Amino acid sequence: MTVPQASKVGLPLMNLVRFKGVPILKQLHLEERLLRTSSDNWCIVNDGTNAPTIVMGLSGKPSELLEVGSVLQDKVPVIKRFTGGGTVIVDPGTIFVTLICNRDSVPGVQPYPRSIMHWSGLLYNEVFEGFGDFRLHENDYVFGNRKFGGNAQSITRKRWIHHTSFLWDFEARNMAYLKLPQKAPEYRLARSHMEFVCRMKDYMTRSVFIDKTLKAMENHFSVRPVEVDVDASVHDAGFVHSTKVLMKHELEEALPISI
Amino acid sequence: MALRMWASSTANALRLSCVSRPPLSPAFSLSRCFSSVLDGLKYASSHEWVKHEGSVATIGITHHAQDHLGEVVFVEVPESGGSVKKGGSFGAVESVKATSDVNSPISGEIVEVNTKLSESPGLINSSPYEEGWMIKVKPSNPSELESLMGPKEYTKFCEEEDAAH
Repeated sequence: MTVPQASKVGLPLMNLVRFKGVPILKQLHLEERLLRTSSDNWCIVNDGTNAPTIVMGLSGKPSELLEVGSVLQDKVPVIKRFTGGGTVIVDPGTIFVTLICNRDSVPGVQPYPRSIMHWSGLLYNEVFEGFGDFRLHENDYVFGNRKFGGNAQSITRKRWIHHTSFLWDFEARNMAYLKLPQKAPEYRLARSHMEFVCRMKDYMTRSVFIDKTLKAMENHFSVRPVEVDVDASVHDAGFVHSTKVLMKHELEEALPISI
Repeated sequence: MALRMWASSTANALRLSCVSRPPLSPAFSLSRCFSSVLDGLKYASSHEWVKHEGSVATIGITHHAQDHLGEVVFVEVPESGGSVKKGGSFGAVESVKATSDVNSPISGEIVEVNTKLSESPGLINSSPYEEGWMIKVKPSNPSELESLMGPKEYTKFCEEEDAAH
């Protein structure tokens, strides 16, 4: 006989999908499809992506955000994703955690950016308690005043997605592909990338982070692991992704004009 | 009383009125001067407004919505000539770190799109009911307007929604 866990009674169900090294484009395609076509709650954890990739928000402009010449020369892929927010360069050192929720599954959270962001900060407080001076600061996750987690969201009529790229580790040279954004949080104080961000590996191991994240989820949801074939799920007839890879000519058009 | 006098003199300075009248500009709800809800419009539970004038309905997002979204930095609107379906998404706004769907309260053909929003997305914050309009639609089923909320109902809806969170 199984004794039901009292703490799980009444908690909304959440499907947990765990990947390792899945290309970020495939992850984003899956997320967008689940947001738009599923009615379940989902948590997706991708422990590192396979190759360095630049990912911009919906309204991102390569000419403003990227050192386009270097990006083209080094053939770094550039993706424009379906959520808002800023530009990141992700690689095998990035850990992704995504939450896709029905608005009714998270009572007390309004389907607006600040409300969702605040709730996420409370969730991750549970994860990082005792590991550093963690807080949600101007929409970023920071230790002290150094960013290690960037967030973005998309909100539909009845659902929302909140996804985070965590800098467990990163290559300093990759940051050189990104310009200092015109719209930066106040606490950045015009610091360069290397002075602004920090590595989670200086605070915890990958497995401890993922385990504590999943434990925190279990305080809010009844989590059940599910298997998803990310390749099969990408090609869903009838659903058109807005997340896309920018073509070479689109990047070339963003090159500064030399006189 | 003092507050009413201040409000009245300020309203005069801004050429606003709390009294309903045949307007050149929309009248404000009597219950709250500087109300975020306007008379003469209909409202959806997803916080869009519709102004039906003749054969055209103008659609945008409400003051309540823009206030909760924060500074709008990008607006995605459809092409003119397309169609919208009641309750379906026709565009999006980006604010803070989020893209948020904008849904059409009615069905119909898009006859005009506010092209100013690409250069000035902040119009949605500063003028949600006037310069921040998003699309104009020729309604295919005008009876859909009847199922939308009026200003008093929408005001109460917003208050209850905020109180619940």
